[in-house]
Amino acid sequence: MTKILPRKDVVIVGLGWTGAILANELTDQGLDVLAIERGPWRDTATDFNIGYMQDELRYAVRRDLFLQPVVETMTMRNDPSQTALPMRDFGSFLPGNGVGGAGVHWNGHTWRFWDSDFKTRTNLTNRYGAARIADLQVEDWGVTGAEMEPYYDQFEYLAGISGKAGNIKGQLQEGGNPFEDSRARDYPNPPMQMTYAPTLFAETGRSMGLHPFPTPSANMSRAYTNPLGVTLGQCTFCGFCERFGCANYSKSSAQTTVLPVLMKKANFEVRTDSEVLHVDLAAGGKSARGVTYVDSSGEAYFQPADLVLLCAYGLHNVRLMMLSGIGGIYDPNTGEGTVGRNYCYQTNVGTQVFFDDKNFNPFIAAGALGQTIDDYNGDAFDHGGLDFVGGAGINCIPTNGRPIGTRPTPPGTPKWGSAWKKATVQGYKSTLGFSTQGSSYATRANYLDLDPTYKDRFGRPLMRMTFDFPENDVRMSNYLSDRMEEIAKKLGGRQYNVGRLKKGWNSVPYQSTHNTGGAIMGADPKRSAVNVFLQSWDVPNVFVIGASAFPQNAGKNPTGTVGALAFRAADAIRNHYLRNPGAPLVQA
Amino acid sequence: MSHRYPIRINRRLFLSSVAMLTVIAPAVSRARTISGALPWEPMASDPPTQVVPGGWQFFTPQEAALVEAIVDRLVPHDDLSIGGKEAGCAVYIDRQLTGAFGTSSRLYTQGPFKPGLPTQGYQGEANPAQRYRAGLAAMDAFLKQRDGKTFVEFKPEEQDAFLTEMEAGKVELPNGVGAAGFFALLLQNTMEGFFADPVYGGNKDMASWRMLGFPGARYDYRDHVAKHNQPYPLPPVSITGRPEWLGKGA
Repeated sequence: MTKILPRKDVVIVGLGWTGAILANELTDQGLDVLAIERGPWRDTATDFNIGYMQDELRYAVRRDLFLQPVVETMTMRNDPSQTALPMRDFGSFLPGNGVGGAGVHWNGHTWRFWDSDFKTRTNLTNRYGAARIADLQVEDWGVTGAEMEPYYDQFEYLAGISGKAGNIKGQLQEGGNPFEDSRARDYPNPPMQMTYAPTLFAETGRSMGLHPFPTPSANMSRAYTNPLGVTLGQCTFCGFCERFGCANYSKSSAQTTVLPVLMKKANFEVRTDSEVLHVDLAAGGKSARGVTYVDSSGEAYFQPADLVLLCAYGLHNVRLMMLSGIGGIYDPNTGEGTVGRNYCYQTNVGTQVFFDDKNFNPFIAAGALGQTIDDYNGDAFDHGGLDFVGGAGINCIPTNGRPIGTRPTPPGTPKWGSAWKKATVQGYKSTLGFSTQGSSYATRANYLDLDPTYKDRFGRPLMRMTFDFPENDVRMSNYLSDRMEEIAKKLGGRQYNVGRLKKGWNSVPYQSTHNTGGAIMGADPKRSAVNVFLQSWDVPNVFVIGASAFPQNAGKNPTGTVGALAFRAADAIRNHYLRNPGAPLVQA
Repeated sequence: MSHRYPIRINRRLFLSSVAMLTVIAPAVSRARTISGALPWEPMASDPPTQVVPGGWQFFTPQEAALVEAIVDRLVPHDDLSIGGKEAGCAVYIDRQLTGAFGTSSRLYTQGPFKPGLPTQGYQGEANPAQRYRAGLAAMDAFLKQRDGKTFVEFKPEEQDAFLTEMEAGKVELPNGVGAAGFFALLLQNTMEGFFADPVYGGNKDMASWRMLGFPGARYDYRDHVAKHNQPYPLPPVSITGRPEWLGKGA
């Protein structure tokens, strides 16, 4: 029997970055807010213990803090002619779990997308003609870079980002990214102290006429107190960021920036170890009544609420919409339906340069400590004579020297035996790695829907992911590999190995947890699932907040934009939606 | 109102039983409602359990001898380090196979099971514990049939030659055991054991970390971050400390 609970003003599904930001903003507005979190409570003092957090096997290999596939996985295939099978273990991407979500174990690269990214379709059509993007299903976001700027600023100051602005109020800044849009002010913290590898990479890049700059980082370059009054400590370069919780209060997350304030509020509560099964809609399906969730004993509850915010991981937002009947599920044959449309990923390739005479001390590292070259990112360069659109950041961000996973050796090295060991010892400290992080542009046949065969532990269909790298993105990535090769040669090691992307996305090796789209924002309800304030077109008292809203992905990590979109949605709810609750903010 | 459960269930215990909770009722709920303050309780942390060498928890003595012989070829004793057997890689694998890894209790194990594409990852029904049991038996049976003796009776060069054949998938092991897949599992687990924190039973006295120059579970390199291209001076430290702290020598 489902127990019916007392009504709340707002119920939030998932208490990660976006859920914490929305909860804090809406409790400030005086609303009674409940967050329901599938995973456990987690906090620095209780769970990220400095005596044993540096445990690669437990946290990076066995992935203790992540969503386990027994709880929820999804099926995958590369194209619609194949039969999707379940990812029995996660590999290519690793969704988060628990309070703080993936924001607990991220690296901390915190980017702003550019105005040209937000106007992808219009910009590319105007600049190169409609034929150039005929194979792609790229869209405009319905917002401009200038409209997003104050919300990026809000997120960067909340999170204490360490970086160097490249363009303040239209004035280019020496040492910053000259390709970024104008911003109102510099980052709240200076760039991190550089380790050797990114320093050498930047010197080399500069000597080639490129424009390296410090990667904007959510690892603290100094102690920082954010506008909520929460203080983070200086990063100590332990090299255990990605896949780990920071035991040192040095990496921004919901825990280190918002929760100490949010948890004290009498009008907020969180229920952990409780999984929302679906959003309950009123008769007619035009408004949400609340959510149904199950706690870890299997007991079911109905939680009534006036406003429902889906703040789970982007992919899980999309599945919850599908399971709840919010919007029509996308059909690639007809192009109809919006939920599941424009699923995109990230197009990444790595390079290693092997030296004889250098010691990079790879274990002295932080998740976002490095240098980036954006000369070939997005539309920063002219694609007039090229056969693709999009681009990539070229990043030298050596995040760790953890030896189970990080043992670079030249191609052709045996994988075991004495020759393997010799090459492993030789390569461990003296290898410089860098990589491209490329845009991922939507196509008609890359999408999400529900699997016809495989079910979760409650008997509900798993989500099915149909994805391969589009031809455009493969060409883009190979062009960027050529640029990496130029830098690798100039770096002048004994030997280098430049990766080359091929079609056939493989779900096994880790690539990126930057899954975007599926509930995209836009100005046209036929081509987007949510409006430009992330409000569902179909059920206006539901907002869907996360990278699920990206119409396509840029060559940058998504969290900065996710955080900015969260603040923008909060602003729209506080200042517009609440004046006329339940009404659409944009007329369809 | 803050409402806390008095007993914190060990997280790994929970994860290993989570699949059963939906079918066994009534079960204890771990769900908590938290409001009013950051929850804190003493002894909330969940440190690793130290593996104590001695005896086998999963392997039979015959299996253990075979695994020790294999790990000692994958990580041979030479002037760079001790070998995989002495480092404890077989003990590491033994203990892993009795836990969540061995039983795939955290993975998605519902059927139907169908052969997949390489891009779809492992689609077999067998968990790692079952794969080791079948794979080790298949190696023994195959070599007895082909060469009249088992792997442990081979000379090191013969062992290397057979492992190379397995790695390349050039041998047809009995009972449908895929040689290349089983070799990849052996190699993956051996390297985990050799390079993981010694608390898990392999990497005895941080042998692999000393070999590489990895300082281990240290967390503050601020003094050295600007010292580009200069060797890091301090020796490695494990979650359990350094051997000399425990009076065991370096």
